[in-house]
Amino acid sequence: MNLIVCLKQTFDTEEKVNIENGKVSEDGAKFIINPYDEYALEEAIRLKERFGGEVTAVTIGTDQAESALRTALAMGADKAVLVNDERLFGDEFTTSKVLAAVVKDKDYDLILSGYMSVDNGGGQSGLRLAEELDIPHVNAITKLEVQDNQVVVERDVEGDIEVIESNLPILITAQQGLNEPRYPSLPGIMKAKRKPIEELKAEDLAVDLDQIGSKTKIIDQVLPPKRQEGRILQGEINEQVNELVQLLQGEVNFNG
Amino acid sequence: MGRDVIVFAEVKNESLRNVSFEVLSAAKRIHDGGKITAVLFGDQPDSFADQLTSYGADEVLSVNHEQLESYTTDAYTQAFISIIEDKNPEVILMPHTASCKDFAPRLAAHLSCGLITDCTDVNIESGNIVFTRPIYAGKAFQKREVIEGKIFATIRPNNIPSRDIDNSRTTKIEEMKVDIKDIRTVVKEVVQKASDGVDLSEAKIIVSGGRGVKTAEGFEPLKELADVLGAAVGASRGACDAEYCDYSLQIGQTGKVVTPDLYIACGISGAIQHLAGMSNSKIIVAINKDPEAPIFDIADFGIVGDLFEVVPMLTEQFKQIINKQAS
Repeated sequence: MNLIVCLKQTFDTEEKVNIENGKVSEDGAKFIINPYDEYALEEAIRLKERFGGEVTAVTIGTDQAESALRTALAMGADKAVLVNDERLFGDEFTTSKVLAAVVKDKDYDLILSGYMSVDNGGGQSGLRLAEELDIPHVNAITKLEVQDNQVVVERDVEGDIEVIESNLPILITAQQGLNEPRYPSLPGIMKAKRKPIEELKAEDLAVDLDQIGSKTKIIDQVLPPKRQEGRILQGEINEQVNELVQLLQGEVNFNG
Repeated sequence: MGRDVIVFAEVKNESLRNVSFEVLSAAKRIHDGGKITAVLFGDQPDSFADQLTSYGADEVLSVNHEQLESYTTDAYTQAFISIIEDKNPEVILMPHTASCKDFAPRLAAHLSCGLITDCTDVNIESGNIVFTRPIYAGKAFQKREVIEGKIFATIRPNNIPSRDIDNSRTTKIEEMKVDIKDIRTVVKEVVQKASDGVDLSEAKIIVSGGRGVKTAEGFEPLKELADVLGAAVGASRGACDAEYCDYSLQIGQTGKVVTPDLYIACGISGAIQHLAGMSNSKIIVAINKDPEAPIFDIADFGIVGDLFEVVPMLTEQFKQIINKQAS
Protein backbone atom coordinates (compact mmCIF):
# COMPACT_ATOMS: atom_id res chain seq x y z
CA MET A 1 0.00 0.00 0.00
CA ASN A 2 1.52 3.29 -1.06
CA LEU A 3 0.82 6.28 1.10
CA ILE A 4 1.58 9.93 0.58
CA VAL A 5 1.51 12.37 3.47
CA CYS A 6 1.35 16.10 2.78
CA LEU A 7 2.67 18.00 5.74
CA LYS A 8 3.67 21.49 6.74
CA GLN A 9 6.16 22.87 9.18
CA THR A 10 4.55 25.27 11.68
CA PHE A 11 5.25 27.21 14.85
CA ASP A 12 5.06 25.22 18.05
CA THR A 13 1.60 25.85 19.52
CA GLU A 14 3.14 26.98 22.80
CA GLU A 15 4.90 29.87 21.00
CA LYS A 16 3.67 33.43 21.40
CA VAL A 17 3.14 35.27 18.15
CA ASN A 18 4.90 38.57 17.52
CA ILE A 19 4.26 40.79 14.52
CA GLU A 20 6.91 42.95 12.87
CA ASN A 21 6.06 45.13 9.87
CA GLY A 22 2.83 43.28 9.21
CA LYS A 23 4.53 39.90 9.28
CA VAL A 24 4.75 37.21 11.92
CA SER A 25 8.26 37.25 13.35
CA GLU A 26 9.97 33.86 13.25
CA ASP A 27 12.91 34.92 15.41
CA GLY A 28 13.83 32.22 17.86
CA ALA A 29 10.59 30.32 17.30
CA LYS A 30 10.55 26.56 17.67
CA PHE A 31 9.19 24.73 14.62
CA ILE A 32 7.31 21.47 14.57
CA ILE A 33 5.33 19.35 12.14
CA ASN A 34 1.81 20.79 12.10
CA PRO A 35 0.08 18.66 14.78
CA TYR A 36 -2.80 17.60 12.49
CA ASP A 37 -0.30 16.55 9.80
CA GLU A 38 1.49 14.53 12.46
CA TYR A 39 -1.69 12.52 13.06
CA ALA A 40 -1.86 11.92 9.29
CA LEU A 41 1.77 10.80 9.25
CA GLU A 42 1.31 8.47 12.21
CA GLU A 43 -1.73 6.89 10.56
CA ALA A 44 0.19 6.36 7.32
CA ILE A 45 3.07 4.69 9.15
CA ARG A 46 0.66 2.37 11.00
CA LEU A 47 -0.99 1.37 7.72
CA LYS A 48 2.40 0.65 6.19
CA GLU A 49 3.38 -1.45 9.19
CA ARG A 50 0.21 -3.46 8.74
CA PHE A 51 -0.09 -3.77 4.98
CA GLY A 52 3.43 -3.11 3.74
CA GLY A 53 4.27 -0.56 1.07
CA GLU A 54 5.83 2.83 1.35
CA VAL A 55 5.21 6.20 3.00
CA THR A 56 6.32 9.34 1.19
CA ALA A 57 6.24 12.65 3.06
CA VAL A 58 5.83 15.77 0.92
CA THR A 59 6.23 19.37 1.96
CA ILE A 60 6.63 22.78 0.39
CA GLY A 61 9.03 25.10 2.13
CA THR A 62 12.51 26.55 2.49
CA ASP A 63 15.69 24.77 3.64
CA GLN A 64 14.34 24.99 7.16
CA ALA A 65 11.47 22.61 6.32
CA GLU A 66 14.00 19.82 5.82
CA SER A 67 14.02 19.25 9.58
CA ALA A 68 10.28 18.47 9.50
CA LEU A 69 10.95 15.87 6.80
CA ARG A 70 13.83 14.39 8.82
CA THR A 71 11.44 13.98 11.74
CA ALA A 72 8.93 12.30 9.43
CA LEU A 73 11.62 9.93 8.18
CA ALA A 74 12.72 9.23 11.76
CA MET A 75 9.14 8.37 12.71
CA GLY A 76 8.98 5.85 9.89
CA ALA A 77 8.39 7.49 6.52
CA ASP A 78 10.48 5.92 3.75
CA LYS A 79 10.98 8.84 1.39
CA ALA A 80 10.57 12.57 1.47
CA VAL A 81 10.04 15.32 -1.08
CA LEU A 82 10.86 18.97 -0.43
CA VAL A 83 9.55 21.51 -2.91
CA ASN A 84 11.99 24.32 -2.27
CA ASP A 85 11.40 27.09 -4.78
CA GLU A 86 10.03 30.53 -3.98
CA ARG A 87 8.24 30.65 -7.31
CA LEU A 88 6.08 27.80 -6.05
CA PHE A 89 5.14 29.41 -2.74
CA GLY A 90 1.72 31.04 -2.56
CA ASP A 91 -1.79 30.76 -1.21
CA GLU A 92 -3.88 27.58 -0.98
CA PHE A 93 -4.63 27.68 -4.71
CA THR A 94 -0.92 27.64 -5.54
CA THR A 95 -0.07 25.08 -2.86
CA SER A 96 -2.64 22.56 -4.09
CA LYS A 97 -1.56 23.00 -7.74
CA VAL A 98 2.05 22.33 -6.73
CA LEU A 99 1.14 19.35 -4.54
CA ALA A 100 -0.93 17.94 -7.40
CA ALA A 101 2.05 18.25 -9.74
CA VAL A 102 4.24 16.39 -7.23
CA VAL A 103 1.75 13.62 -6.48
CA LYS A 104 0.26 13.07 -9.96
CA ASP A 105 3.02 10.83 -11.27
CA LYS A 106 3.41 8.85 -8.09
CA ASP A 107 1.78 5.54 -7.43
CA TYR A 108 -0.55 6.02 -4.45
CA ASP A 109 -3.49 4.32 -2.77
CA LEU A 110 -4.11 6.81 -0.02
CA ILE A 111 -3.12 10.45 0.51
CA LEU A 112 -3.21 11.81 4.04
CA SER A 113 -2.92 15.29 5.45
CA GLY A 114 -3.98 17.29 8.47
CA TYR A 115 -7.44 18.82 8.33
CA MET A 116 -5.91 22.23 8.88
CA SER A 117 -2.66 23.89 9.84
CA VAL A 118 -2.38 25.53 13.23
CA ASP A 119 -0.74 28.62 11.72
CA ASN A 120 -2.75 29.73 8.70
CA GLY A 121 -5.75 27.57 9.56
CA GLY A 122 -7.17 27.62 6.04
CA GLY A 123 -8.17 23.97 5.91
CA GLN A 124 -8.04 24.03 2.13
CA SER A 125 -4.92 22.58 0.55
CA GLY A 126 -5.68 18.89 1.15
CA LEU A 127 -9.26 19.08 -0.10
CA ARG A 128 -8.25 21.15 -3.12
CA LEU A 129 -5.60 18.55 -3.87
CA ALA A 130 -8.27 15.81 -3.91
CA GLU A 131 -10.26 17.82 -6.46
CA GLU A 132 -7.14 18.47 -8.56
CA LEU A 133 -6.50 14.71 -8.63
CA ASP A 134 -10.19 13.92 -9.13
CA ILE A 135 -10.32 11.53 -6.19
CA PRO A 136 -12.81 11.61 -3.28
CA HIS A 137 -11.90 12.86 0.17
CA VAL A 138 -13.12 12.59 3.73
CA ASN A 139 -12.35 15.54 5.95
CA ALA A 140 -11.51 15.63 9.67
CA ILE A 141 -11.44 11.92 10.38
CA THR A 142 -11.02 10.33 13.81
CA LYS A 143 -10.90 6.67 12.73
CA LEU A 144 -9.76 4.83 9.63
CA GLU A 145 -10.14 1.21 8.59
CA VAL A 146 -8.88 -0.16 5.31
CA GLN A 147 -9.88 -3.55 3.93
CA ASP A 148 -8.82 -4.49 0.42
CA ASN A 149 -10.02 -1.63 -1.70
CA GLN A 150 -12.56 -0.33 0.79
CA VAL A 151 -12.20 2.30 3.49
CA VAL A 152 -14.50 2.95 6.43
CA VAL A 153 -13.85 6.19 8.27
CA GLU A 154 -15.35 8.14 11.10
CA ARG A 155 -15.52 11.86 10.61
CA ASP A 156 -15.98 14.54 13.25
CA VAL A 157 -18.96 16.75 12.39
CA GLU A 158 -19.28 19.41 15.04
CA GLY A 159 -19.08 16.82 17.77
CA ASP A 160 -21.20 14.16 16.06
CA ILE A 161 -19.63 11.24 14.23
CA GLU A 162 -20.38 10.34 10.62
CA VAL A 163 -19.46 6.82 9.53
CA ILE A 164 -18.47 6.98 5.87
CA GLU A 165 -17.63 4.28 3.33
CA SER A 166 -15.59 4.80 0.22
CA ASN A 167 -12.94 3.23 -1.96
CA LEU A 168 -9.26 3.71 -2.66
CA PRO A 169 -7.70 5.84 -3.93
CA ILE A 170 -8.90 8.53 -1.57
CA LEU A 171 -7.56 11.51 0.34
CA ILE A 172 -8.29 11.82 4.04
CA THR A 173 -7.52 14.65 6.44
CA ALA A 174 -6.77 13.91 10.07
CA GLN A 175 -8.55 15.37 13.07
CA GLN A 176 -7.35 15.11 16.64
CA GLY A 177 -8.30 11.78 18.21
CA LEU A 178 -7.26 9.72 15.16
CA ASN A 179 -4.18 8.38 16.96
CA GLU A 180 -1.38 9.25 19.32
CA PRO A 181 1.74 10.03 17.24
CA ARG A 182 4.91 8.22 18.26
CA TYR A 183 8.16 9.89 19.16
CA PRO A 184 11.02 9.12 16.79
CA SER A 185 13.23 6.36 18.24
CA LEU A 186 16.99 6.69 18.35
CA PRO A 187 17.53 4.00 15.68
CA GLY A 188 14.79 5.75 13.69
CA ILE A 189 16.71 9.02 13.89
CA MET A 190 19.93 7.30 12.82
CA LYS A 191 18.20 5.58 9.90
CA ALA A 192 16.52 8.81 8.83
CA LYS A 193 19.91 10.35 8.14
CA ARG A 194 20.45 7.87 5.35
CA LYS A 195 17.00 8.11 3.82
CA PRO A 196 16.66 10.23 0.68
CA ILE A 197 15.06 13.67 0.53
CA GLU A 198 14.25 14.64 -3.02
CA GLU A 199 14.43 18.38 -3.60
CA LEU A 200 12.28 19.79 -6.40
CA LYS A 201 12.21 23.09 -8.30
CA ALA A 202 9.64 24.46 -10.73
CA GLU A 203 11.57 22.96 -13.65
CA ASP A 204 11.18 19.47 -12.17
CA LEU A 205 7.39 19.73 -12.13
CA ALA A 206 4.80 19.94 -14.86
CA VAL A 207 3.53 23.36 -13.81
CA ASP A 208 2.95 26.51 -15.79
CA LEU A 209 4.15 29.28 -13.48
CA ASP A 210 1.80 31.79 -15.15
CA GLN A 211 -1.19 29.64 -14.23
CA ILE A 212 -0.54 28.87 -10.58
CA GLY A 213 -0.03 32.29 -9.00
CA SER A 214 -1.92 33.14 -5.81
CA LYS A 215 -5.54 34.21 -6.17
CA THR A 216 -5.53 36.03 -2.85
CA LYS A 217 -3.18 38.43 -1.15
CA ILE A 218 -2.37 39.14 2.48
CA ILE A 219 -2.57 42.88 3.05
CA ASP A 220 -1.73 43.03 6.72
CA GLN A 221 -1.30 40.95 9.86
CA VAL A 222 -1.99 42.36 13.28
CA LEU A 223 -2.21 41.26 16.88
CA PRO A 224 -5.68 41.11 18.42
CA PRO A 225 -6.72 44.12 20.48
CA LYS A 226 -5.52 43.84 24.08
CA ARG A 227 -8.20 42.75 26.50
CA GLN A 228 -9.14 45.21 29.18
CA GLU A 229 -7.71 44.50 32.58
CA GLY A 230 -9.99 42.10 34.41
CA ARG A 231 -11.09 41.95 38.03
CA ILE A 232 -10.51 39.30 40.63
CA LEU A 233 -13.60 39.36 42.84
CA GLN A 234 -13.16 39.66 46.60
CA GLY A 235 -15.00 38.57 49.75
CA GLU A 236 -16.60 35.31 50.82
CA ILE A 237 -17.19 32.84 47.99
CA ASN A 238 -20.98 33.24 48.12
CA GLU A 239 -20.60 37.04 47.94
CA GLN A 240 -18.31 36.65 44.96
CA VAL A 241 -20.79 34.38 43.23
CA ASN A 242 -23.60 36.91 43.89
CA GLU A 243 -21.51 39.72 42.48
CA LEU A 244 -20.51 37.71 39.43
CA VAL A 245 -24.12 36.86 38.61
CA GLN A 246 -25.07 40.54 38.95
CA LEU A 247 -22.21 41.63 36.70
CA LEU A 248 -23.05 39.06 34.04
CA GLN A 249 -26.75 39.87 34.05
CA GLY A 250 -25.98 43.30 32.68
CA GLU A 251 -23.75 41.92 29.92
CA VAL A 252 -25.13 38.64 28.67
CA ASN A 253 -28.54 37.62 27.40
CA PHE A 254 -29.56 34.49 29.28
CA ASN A 255 -32.77 33.93 27.41
CA GLY A 256 -31.08 31.79 24.82
CA MET B 1 -23.38 48.04 -11.21
CA GLY B 2 -22.98 46.14 -7.98
CA ARG B 3 -21.82 42.63 -7.29
CA ASP B 4 -24.14 39.67 -7.43
CA VAL B 5 -23.67 37.50 -4.35
CA ILE B 6 -24.60 33.85 -3.79
CA VAL B 7 -25.06 32.98 -0.13
CA PHE B 8 -25.41 29.43 1.13
CA ALA B 9 -28.14 29.18 3.76
CA GLU B 10 -27.46 26.12 5.87
CA VAL B 11 -30.19 24.08 7.53
CA LYS B 12 -29.50 21.93 10.56
CA ASN B 13 -31.98 19.99 12.69
CA GLU B 14 -34.88 21.32 10.63
CA SER B 15 -34.12 24.98 11.13
CA LEU B 16 -31.95 27.59 9.45
CA ARG B 17 -28.66 28.02 11.22
CA ASN B 18 -28.14 31.47 12.69
CA VAL B 19 -24.87 31.84 10.85
CA SER B 20 -26.86 31.88 7.60
CA PHE B 21 -28.24 35.29 8.62
CA GLU B 22 -24.76 36.45 9.57
CA VAL B 23 -23.51 35.50 6.12
CA LEU B 24 -26.38 37.50 4.59
CA SER B 25 -25.27 40.43 6.70
CA ALA B 26 -21.73 40.04 5.29
CA ALA B 27 -23.21 39.97 1.77
CA LYS B 28 -25.10 43.20 2.45
CA ARG B 29 -21.83 44.94 3.35
CA ILE B 30 -20.20 44.21 0.03
CA HIS B 31 -22.90 43.72 -2.65
CA ASP B 32 -22.92 47.39 -3.65
CA GLY B 33 -26.44 47.09 -5.06
CA GLY B 34 -25.94 43.70 -6.71
CA LYS B 35 -28.45 40.90 -6.23
CA ILE B 36 -28.13 38.73 -3.13
CA THR B 37 -29.37 35.19 -3.72
CA ALA B 38 -29.69 32.75 -0.84
CA VAL B 39 -29.34 29.10 -1.80
CA LEU B 40 -31.44 26.52 0.06
CA PHE B 41 -30.86 22.80 -0.43
CA GLY B 42 -33.54 20.18 0.08
CA ASP B 43 -37.31 20.36 0.50
CA GLN B 44 -37.60 23.21 2.97
CA PRO B 45 -40.70 25.04 4.23
CA ASP B 46 -41.59 28.40 2.64
CA SER B 47 -41.07 30.05 6.00
CA PHE B 48 -37.32 29.56 5.55
CA ALA B 49 -37.42 31.62 2.36
CA ASP B 50 -39.38 34.33 4.19
CA GLN B 51 -36.85 34.35 6.98
CA LEU B 52 -33.93 34.65 4.56
CA THR B 53 -35.69 37.48 2.76
CA SER B 54 -36.34 39.39 5.97
CA TYR B 55 -32.63 39.08 6.80
CA GLY B 56 -31.54 40.54 3.48
CA ALA B 57 -31.83 38.03 0.61
CA ASP B 58 -33.27 39.50 -2.62
CA GLU B 59 -34.11 36.05 -3.91
CA VAL B 60 -34.11 32.50 -2.65
CA LEU B 61 -32.88 29.74 -4.92
CA SER B 62 -34.49 26.49 -3.90
CA VAL B 63 -32.59 23.44 -5.08
CA ASN B 64 -34.42 20.25 -4.31
CA HIS B 65 -32.95 16.86 -5.09
CA GLU B 66 -33.13 13.68 -3.05
CA GLN B 67 -29.33 13.62 -2.83
CA LEU B 68 -29.37 17.04 -1.15
CA GLU B 69 -31.58 15.97 1.76
CA SER B 70 -28.48 15.16 3.78
CA TYR B 71 -24.90 16.19 3.29
CA THR B 72 -22.39 14.43 1.09
CA THR B 73 -19.32 16.10 -0.38
CA ASP B 74 -20.04 15.07 -3.95
CA ALA B 75 -23.73 16.00 -3.99
CA TYR B 76 -23.18 19.44 -2.51
CA THR B 77 -20.15 20.16 -4.67
CA GLN B 78 -21.90 19.09 -7.87
CA ALA B 79 -25.04 21.06 -7.05
CA PHE B 80 -23.03 24.17 -6.29
CA ILE B 81 -20.99 23.86 -9.47
CA SER B 82 -24.28 23.89 -11.45
CA ILE B 83 -25.52 26.92 -9.54
CA ILE B 84 -22.32 28.91 -10.03
CA GLU B 85 -22.16 28.00 -13.73
CA ASP B 86 -25.76 29.09 -14.16
CA LYS B 87 -25.75 32.28 -12.07
CA ASN B 88 -22.12 33.31 -12.51
CA PRO B 89 -22.03 35.49 -9.37
CA GLU B 90 -19.05 37.68 -8.58
CA VAL B 91 -19.13 36.73 -4.90
CA ILE B 92 -19.83 33.44 -3.08
CA LEU B 93 -20.25 33.47 0.70
CA MET B 94 -20.82 30.47 2.97
CA PRO B 95 -20.89 29.78 6.67
CA HIS B 96 -17.69 28.28 8.07
CA THR B 97 -19.41 25.11 9.28
CA ALA B 98 -18.46 21.44 9.06
CA SER B 99 -20.27 21.00 5.73
CA CYS B 100 -18.97 24.12 4.04
CA LYS B 101 -15.43 23.56 5.36
CA ASP B 102 -15.71 20.19 3.62
CA PHE B 103 -16.91 21.18 0.17
CA ALA B 104 -15.96 24.87 -0.26
CA PRO B 105 -12.25 24.13 -0.94
CA ARG B 106 -13.22 21.49 -3.54
CA LEU B 107 -15.61 23.89 -5.18
CA ALA B 108 -12.93 26.60 -5.23
CA ALA B 109 -10.47 24.18 -6.82
CA HIS B 110 -13.04 23.23 -9.44
CA LEU B 111 -13.74 26.89 -10.21
CA SER B 112 -9.99 27.66 -10.19
CA CYS B 113 -10.60 30.50 -7.78
CA GLY B 114 -9.25 31.71 -4.47
CA LEU B 115 -11.00 31.06 -1.19
CA ILE B 116 -10.61 32.92 2.07
CA THR B 117 -11.86 30.73 4.90
CA ASP B 118 -12.95 31.37 8.49
CA CYS B 119 -13.49 35.13 8.20
CA THR B 120 -14.52 37.09 11.26
CA ASP B 121 -15.06 40.40 9.48
CA VAL B 122 -15.48 41.85 6.01
CA ASN B 123 -15.41 45.46 4.91
CA ILE B 124 -14.84 47.64 1.89
CA GLU B 125 -11.47 49.40 2.21
CA SER B 126 -10.38 51.80 -0.56
CA GLY B 127 -12.88 50.17 -2.88
CA ASN B 128 -11.60 46.64 -2.24
CA ILE B 129 -13.31 43.86 -0.32
CA VAL B 130 -11.08 43.08 2.63
CA PHE B 131 -11.63 39.99 4.76
CA THR B 132 -10.26 39.62 8.28
CA ARG B 133 -9.50 36.18 9.61
CA PRO B 134 -7.68 34.77 12.61
CA ILE B 135 -4.33 33.05 12.17
CA TYR B 136 -2.49 30.98 14.77
CA ALA B 137 -5.97 30.24 16.15
CA GLY B 138 -6.52 33.87 17.08
CA LYS B 139 -3.07 34.77 18.37
CA ALA B 140 -3.05 37.18 15.41
CA PHE B 141 -5.34 38.38 12.62
CA GLN B 142 -4.80 38.57 8.91
CA LYS B 143 -6.37 40.95 6.39
CA ARG B 144 -6.69 39.39 3.01
CA GLU B 145 -8.26 40.17 -0.36
CA VAL B 146 -8.93 38.34 -3.58
CA ILE B 147 -6.76 39.59 -6.44
CA GLU B 148 -8.06 37.47 -9.29
CA GLY B 149 -11.28 35.68 -10.15
CA LYS B 150 -14.37 35.13 -8.05
CA ILE B 151 -14.52 36.36 -4.50
CA PHE B 152 -15.20 33.31 -2.35
CA ALA B 153 -15.13 33.26 1.44
CA THR B 154 -16.50 31.36 4.43
CA ILE B 155 -17.70 33.29 7.48
CA ARG B 156 -17.15 32.10 11.04
CA PRO B 157 -20.30 31.89 13.19
CA ASN B 158 -20.89 34.43 15.98
CA ASN B 159 -18.76 37.25 14.57
CA ILE B 160 -20.57 39.37 11.99
CA PRO B 161 -23.89 40.42 13.56
CA SER B 162 -27.00 39.60 11.56
CA ARG B 163 -29.13 42.58 10.46
CA ASP B 164 -32.42 43.61 11.98
CA ILE B 165 -35.36 41.74 10.53
CA ASP B 166 -37.21 43.61 7.80
CA ASN B 167 -40.61 41.96 7.30
CA SER B 168 -41.73 44.40 4.61
CA ARG B 169 -39.68 42.65 1.94
CA THR B 170 -41.41 40.35 -0.53
CA THR B 171 -40.12 36.82 -0.86
CA LYS B 172 -39.09 35.66 -4.32
CA ILE B 173 -38.38 31.99 -4.80
CA GLU B 174 -36.78 30.45 -7.83
CA GLU B 175 -36.66 26.70 -8.16
CA MET B 176 -33.70 25.12 -9.83
CA LYS B 177 -33.03 21.57 -10.95
CA VAL B 178 -29.59 20.05 -10.75
CA ASP B 179 -28.09 16.78 -11.91
CA ILE B 180 -26.17 14.79 -9.37
CA LYS B 181 -24.06 11.89 -10.53
CA ASP B 182 -22.14 9.33 -8.52
CA ILE B 183 -21.58 9.86 -4.82
CA ARG B 184 -18.15 8.47 -3.95
CA THR B 185 -18.34 8.80 -0.17
CA VAL B 186 -21.43 7.27 1.39
CA VAL B 187 -22.60 8.22 4.88
CA LYS B 188 -23.61 4.93 6.54
CA GLU B 189 -24.49 6.23 9.96
CA VAL B 190 -24.48 9.35 12.08
CA VAL B 191 -23.65 8.83 15.74
CA GLN B 192 -24.98 11.76 17.70
CA LYS B 193 -22.53 12.44 20.45
CA ALA B 194 -23.18 16.15 20.75
CA SER B 195 -26.95 15.72 20.96
CA ASP B 196 -27.11 16.29 24.70
CA GLY B 197 -25.41 19.63 24.31
CA VAL B 198 -25.18 22.73 22.18
CA ASP B 199 -22.70 22.89 19.31
CA LEU B 200 -19.49 24.62 20.44
CA SER B 201 -18.89 26.70 17.33
CA GLU B 202 -22.25 28.47 17.47
CA ALA B 203 -22.75 28.49 21.24
CA LYS B 204 -23.40 31.87 22.83
CA ILE B 205 -22.24 30.59 26.21
CA ILE B 206 -19.58 27.97 26.91
CA VAL B 207 -18.77 26.33 30.23
CA SER B 208 -15.34 24.80 29.94
CA GLY B 209 -13.33 22.51 32.20
CA GLY B 210 -9.62 21.83 32.62
CA ARG B 211 -7.42 19.54 34.66
CA GLY B 212 -9.03 21.04 37.76
CA VAL B 213 -12.18 18.94 37.18
CA LYS B 214 -10.01 15.97 38.23
CA THR B 215 -12.17 13.16 36.83
CA ALA B 216 -14.74 12.47 34.11
CA GLU B 217 -17.44 12.78 36.81
CA GLY B 218 -15.95 16.17 37.66
CA PHE B 219 -17.58 17.49 34.50
CA GLU B 220 -21.06 16.88 35.96
CA PRO B 221 -21.38 20.21 37.83
CA LEU B 222 -20.20 21.98 34.65
CA LYS B 223 -22.84 20.17 32.59
CA GLU B 224 -25.51 21.18 35.10
CA LEU B 225 -24.49 24.83 34.84
CA ALA B 226 -24.44 24.54 31.05
CA ASP B 227 -27.93 23.02 31.04
CA VAL B 228 -29.31 25.91 33.06
CA LEU B 229 -27.65 28.49 30.80
CA GLY B 230 -28.38 26.69 27.51
CA ALA B 231 -24.63 26.59 27.08
CA ALA B 232 -22.22 24.19 25.40
CA VAL B 233 -19.57 22.31 27.36
CA GLY B 234 -15.93 22.62 26.31
CA ALA B 235 -12.60 21.48 27.68
CA SER B 236 -8.91 22.24 27.69
CA ARG B 237 -6.32 19.93 26.19
CA GLY B 238 -5.27 18.94 29.70
CA ALA B 239 -8.74 17.60 30.45
CA CYS B 240 -8.89 15.74 27.11
CA ASP B 241 -5.39 14.27 27.45
CA ALA B 242 -6.30 13.07 30.94
CA GLU B 243 -9.37 11.41 29.33
CA TYR B 244 -11.89 13.28 31.46
CA CYS B 245 -13.78 13.99 28.24
CA ASP B 246 -13.82 13.46 24.49
CA TYR B 247 -11.40 15.28 22.17
CA SER B 248 -14.37 16.71 20.31
CA LEU B 249 -14.79 19.11 23.24
CA GLN B 250 -11.24 20.45 23.10
CA ILE B 251 -10.86 24.20 22.72
CA GLY B 252 -7.50 25.61 21.73
CA GLN B 253 -5.01 25.92 18.92
CA THR B 254 -5.46 22.22 18.37
CA GLY B 255 -9.17 21.72 18.83
CA LYS B 256 -11.92 24.24 18.34
CA VAL B 257 -11.59 27.99 18.26
CA VAL B 258 -14.59 29.68 19.84
CA THR B 259 -15.87 33.21 20.30
CA PRO B 260 -18.98 33.02 22.50
CA ASP B 261 -20.56 35.95 24.34
CA LEU B 262 -19.59 34.32 27.62
CA TYR B 263 -16.83 31.82 28.35
CA ILE B 264 -16.68 30.32 31.83
CA ALA B 265 -13.32 28.60 32.40
CA CYS B 266 -13.42 26.19 35.34
CA GLY B 267 -10.20 24.71 36.65
CA ILE B 268 -8.32 25.76 33.51
CA SER B 269 -4.85 27.18 34.10
CA GLY B 270 -4.64 28.89 30.72
CA ALA B 271 -1.82 27.41 28.63
CA ILE B 272 -0.99 29.54 25.57
CA GLN B 273 -2.44 26.97 23.22
CA HIS B 274 -5.77 27.01 25.10
CA LEU B 275 -5.90 30.82 25.30
CA ALA B 276 -5.49 30.94 21.51
CA GLY B 277 -8.77 29.08 21.12
CA MET B 278 -10.92 31.25 23.37
CA SER B 279 -9.33 34.60 24.15
CA ASN B 280 -11.50 36.38 21.58
CA SER B 281 -14.64 35.51 23.54
CA LYS B 282 -16.59 38.60 24.53
CA ILE B 283 -16.64 38.01 28.29
CA ILE B 284 -14.35 35.57 30.05
CA VAL B 285 -14.94 34.32 33.58
CA ALA B 286 -12.22 32.28 35.27
CA ILE B 287 -12.69 30.04 38.29
CA ASN B 288 -9.47 28.55 39.58
CA LYS B 289 -7.89 27.64 42.92
CA ASP B 290 -4.51 29.02 41.87
CA PRO B 291 -4.46 32.85 41.98
CA GLU B 292 -1.35 32.80 39.78
CA ALA B 293 -3.02 30.87 36.93
CA PRO B 294 -2.46 32.69 33.60
CA ILE B 295 -6.17 32.40 32.79
CA PHE B 296 -6.75 35.32 35.22
CA ASP B 297 -4.61 37.56 32.98
CA ILE B 298 -7.23 37.48 30.25
CA ALA B 299 -10.37 37.01 32.36
CA ASP B 300 -12.80 39.88 32.78
CA PHE B 301 -13.97 38.45 36.08
CA GLY B 302 -12.12 35.98 38.23
CA ILE B 303 -13.01 33.95 41.28
CA VAL B 304 -10.14 32.37 43.16
CA GLY B 305 -11.73 29.27 44.63
CA ASP B 306 -12.67 25.64 44.30
CA LEU B 307 -14.78 25.04 41.20
CA PHE B 308 -16.69 22.27 43.00
CA GLU B 309 -17.88 24.89 45.46
CA VAL B 310 -18.32 27.83 43.08
CA VAL B 311 -19.95 26.17 40.05
CA PRO B 312 -22.94 24.61 41.91
CA MET B 313 -23.57 27.99 43.58
CA LEU B 314 -23.57 29.68 40.18
CA THR B 315 -25.95 27.05 38.84
CA GLU B 316 -28.35 27.64 41.74
CA GLN B 317 -28.30 31.43 41.31
CA PHE B 318 -28.84 31.32 37.57
CA LYS B 319 -31.63 28.79 37.99
CA GLN B 320 -33.48 31.22 40.23
CA ILE B 321 -32.98 34.17 37.90
CA ILE B 322 -34.05 32.28 34.80
CA ASN B 323 -37.11 30.82 36.57
CA LYS B 324 -38.06 34.32 37.66
CA GLN B 325 -37.73 35.63 34.10
CA ALA B 326 -39.84 32.79 32.81
CA SER B 327 -42.68 33.32 35.27
